[in-house]
Amino acid sequence: MVRLIDVYKQYDNGTKALRGITARIDDGEFVFLVGPSGSGKSTIIKLLTSELRPTEGKVLVNGFNVGIIRRGDIPKLRRTLGVIFQDFRLIEKRSVYENVAFAMRVVGAPPRDIRVRVPFVLELVGLAHKARRRPFELSGGEQQRVAIARALINNPKLIIADEPTGNLDPARSLEIMTILNKINSLGTTVVTVTHESELVNRFAKRVIAIDGGRVISDRTGGYFAR
Amino acid sequence: MKRYEVMYFFREGIRGVFLHGFTSFAAVSVIAACLLIMGSFSLIAVNIDRIIEELRNQNKILVVVNESLSRAEAQSIGTRINRTIDNIEELEFIPKETALENYREQLGEQGNILEGIEDERNPLRDRYLIQLHDVSLMRETIERLEGIAGVEFAAASFEVSEFILSTRSIVKAVSYTLIIMLLGVSVFIISNTVKLATFDRREEIGIMRVVGATYAFIRWPFVIEGFLLGLTGAALGFFLQWSVYSSLTRMVNGLIPSFNMSPFDDLMIIVLLLFTGFGFVVGVLGSVLTIRKFLRV
Repeated sequence: MVRLIDVYKQYDNGTKALRGITARIDDGEFVFLVGPSGSGKSTIIKLLTSELRPTEGKVLVNGFNVGIIRRGDIPKLRRTLGVIFQDFRLIEKRSVYENVAFAMRVVGAPPRDIRVRVPFVLELVGLAHKARRRPFELSGGEQQRVAIARALINNPKLIIADEPTGNLDPARSLEIMTILNKINSLGTTVVTVTHESELVNRFAKRVIAIDGGRVISDRTGGYFAR
Repeated sequence: MKRYEVMYFFREGIRGVFLHGFTSFAAVSVIAACLLIMGSFSLIAVNIDRIIEELRNQNKILVVVNESLSRAEAQSIGTRINRTIDNIEELEFIPKETALENYREQLGEQGNILEGIEDERNPLRDRYLIQLHDVSLMRETIERLEGIAGVEFAAASFEVSEFILSTRSIVKAVSYTLIIMLLGVSVFIISNTVKLATFDRREEIGIMRVVGATYAFIRWPFVIEGFLLGLTGAALGFFLQWSVYSSLTRMVNGLIPSFNMSPFDDLMIIVLLLFTGFGFVVGVLGSVLTIRKFLRV
């Protein structure tokens, strides 16, 4: 579960990114976070992944209070999340299999479990046949599917997708969003940041629109950002 | 830490060395080159110090005993000298017959000019040759020796002892300064090389953090990689040093046969230990300090 309670964030250079955001995302929800550039979407994502701390207010993610989290507990919080980025962020020098297996090694999974789980998740995203390839040998859509597999591998409670379709053509974007929708239907909470109104409208999920560091709309079923 | 995790860290450390071949090669080469330069200079300093030590050993005080004393009385002065003066490293009694014989040997072919002055006609006196612990106290020690009853006079070459003292202190000051400077330069170059290697992988570290890797989990493979690079550099530096020093020894011994440089075998263990220690510290510390920067966020 995610709760943002009257959250303010001001950067060291004086920029006020968030001005009193309050929102609640329950387990099992699929939420689109929309808004123009500079509206504060990325700041929210960074707060959820504990890359930043709020200046004021409370950010609760899967039982962790980001505002007061200890440095040593940050990896524990991140293990309850699966994060997907616009630029995929795969390790170029490792194979598809290794990129996904790495996320399991990080949590101390035994090699036997890794050998069973990784092929299963690669199968889920349709990439089992490309397990030995390197990221640069794959298309953009395939690379994003590897990132999804990596995000899924540890059964996270919450998947955060930061512009996951930003570098993809419409067909591949739809494909990725369909996979995320499928993951959500299996019970995982999904928060997706996007600019693409067509996709948002097509999937008819809850949409939280942000502008100027404030929530300007929070409703289900369409793109309401100004 | 579980066994498979330890194995994973080692596998990743070794993999890192080969995966980032160019930066690994640069780090190993820089460590080896720095060690070779510092090692060569230190070994030259060791040899200079050895020469100075040999000169010091040759510069002894001659204590001549009063000729009115019997042999037994002359020999008893040795005990008195040992009791009165602390600064004695070695004291050797030389009867006047042996002194004459030594003199004859020194003269070589001209030794026959001493014929006919043996036994009662021997003009030399019983004597002691004394080597001091601290050559800088030579003047003071001679004064005290001359104060002992039965001692006719004591003498030594002050020029030689003063030359030894001043040369030794200059050599020491120059060696220490240069070694410290080289050490500073080496650490700077090596840490920058390691920094370059780690900087190359900041994205990889960022991804590790995003998927929930602990700081220790990220750090260990880098520490092992740094350890391997440091040790490889040290081993390469050691063998290069061995080869360079052996060639230099052969060359110097060929040019100046009277001057024997210390053989590398005598210095091998200490060089190996110092090189290994340096490689270990620089490799591991370099990686740990550099990676810390990327783990802060």
